[in-house]
Amino acid sequence: MDFLRPQTWAEALAAKAETPEAAPIQGGTDMMVELNFDLRRPAALLDLNRVAELTSWSAEEDGRLRVGAGVPYARLITELGDRLPGLAQAARTVGSPQIRNRGTVGGNLGAASPAGDSHPPLLAGDAVIEVESAARGVRMIPAAGFYLGVKRSALAADELIRAFWMSPASGPQYFSKVGTRNAMVIAVCSFAVALHPGERRVGTGIGSAAPTPRRAAAAEEFLAAELDWDAPLDPAVLRRFGELAAEAASPIDDVRGTAGYRRHAIGVMARRTLTWAWNDFRAGQLGRRAG
Amino acid sequence: MRVSFTVNGREETADDVWEGESLLYVLRERVGLPGAKNACEQGECGSCTVYLDGAPVCACLVAAGQAEGRRIRTVEGLAEGDRLDPLQEAFVECGAVQCGFCTPGLIVQAHDLIERVPRPSDAEIREALAGNLCRCTGYEKIIEAVRLAAARKSAAE
Ligand SMILES: Cc1cc2nc3c(=O)[nH]c(=O)nc-3n(C[C@H](O)[C@H](O)[C@H](O)COP(=O)(O)OP(=O)(O)OC[C@H]3O[C@@H](n4cnc5c(N)ncnc54)[C@H](O)[C@@H]3O)c2cc1C
Ligand code: FES
Ligand code: FES
Repeated sequence: MDFLRPQTWAEALAAKAETPEAAPIQGGTDMMVELNFDLRRPAALLDLNRVAELTSWSAEEDGRLRVGAGVPYARLITELGDRLPGLAQAARTVGSPQIRNRGTVGGNLGAASPAGDSHPPLLAGDAVIEVESAARGVRMIPAAGFYLGVKRSALAADELIRAFWMSPASGPQYFSKVGTRNAMVIAVCSFAVALHPGERRVGTGIGSAAPTPRRAAAAEEFLAAELDWDAPLDPAVLRRFGELAAEAASPIDDVRGTAGYRRHAIGVMARRTLTWAWNDFRAGQLGRRAG
Repeated sequence: MRVSFTVNGREETADDVWEGESLLYVLRERVGLPGAKNACEQGECGSCTVYLDGAPVCACLVAAGQAEGRRIRTVEGLAEGDRLDPLQEAFVECGAVQCGFCTPGLIVQAHDLIERVPRPSDAEIREALAGNLCRCTGYEKIIEAVRLAAARKSAAE
């Protein structure tokens, strides 16, 4: 086994091009478990910790945030919690403080587990994943096209994840996760909602209830057509939204939960998160009118 | 490979480190610091918690090579000579130590908490220690010890 230590992004891409079988390691919170238990023996480890470009974020000219793949959850929460509240909520549920000090969205994307907590808010918030290879340059992959199968993503063998791009929240965002206890649990299933009031649209993301994280597309289309943005939430609309979200899931039975339970829970979380977000949105609207 | 880093203020170098080896293994087996404990090797128990460049992490999930040139602080580095850290004292006094296996990790993690939040609420203590498992104490005495250490530390400052 080799241990490669690029110092810059260009060096990291060159190393990945030269040794495509080298496994990147950022926080190591997924990778080291596999190494410790001998589940994986990559030809080389490509340590990305020294690549400073990965651990910074910036506000770009088009208004979006570009967040380096190596920004750990703990910093995402403190530095970007106000602008990316849905993702920050999900980050707060990841593992423990020790895990959040090391684990990253880049690593969550790299592992592409259907249960990864960052995926539903990335989907709901229309995130775009920036990946790059030395040979072909940059590709911008919308989150909805990134997840291809269980632990499979659109990332090519010679590519590395550089950053994700996401607009600061223009409306309330919520993330909800079912787990067997409060901390340190992989999601039984999860759901994220993002209100985009400017476009009169609601984004969604489903976690751990299908082979990949996915949007509840029919539920989003239904709200785009039926939601009255100037009124309290119609209970019939809310109910139908929950049904469509549950229908978008295609869960399996496993040790953490049955398919039936997961589908039911997705419907419940969809209704709850939309209610929370809608209440915040209305309170903001009424507050503005009063002020 | 060779890996060099600073542990508790001292330069250390480990040779013949396997590329997939964890920082925990290097600390315990090569540097001779057995304070951080090895229980699960999967980030679940927190008994291997050490500071890495000032942030508490599970040493079992850091590749040794990632520690090159970094600053590590282990539970051994908290006491000053014979003078225990207030947290270590409080753990003893409150009976927060039974078998003691979880104690080093808990103390490093709680140390970080009261550095950042001098008077943590019970909810903050529970949140901070959510990644540290203890099989023996039932946690109540641990929380009591953190409360006591925080109060003493604040009073001393
Ligand atoms: C105790 C424990 C609890 C956990 N709890 C949760 C939880 O609640 N929710 C959750 O979602 N996850 C959880 N995880 C899993 C893990 O912490 C997350 O998936 C985390 O986001 C991984 O980030 P990392 O930087 O540590 O990844 P690493 O382990 O460094 O890498 C993970 C994968 O991504 C690849 N990779 C990393 N960076 C890049 C890059 N820049 N380009 C291309 N590929 C890359 C690696 O090759 C590897 O395959 C937990 C893990 C542990 C040990
Ligand atoms: S041994 Fe590292 S967390 Fe359990
Ligand atoms: S005192 Fe025994 S595990 Fe905590």
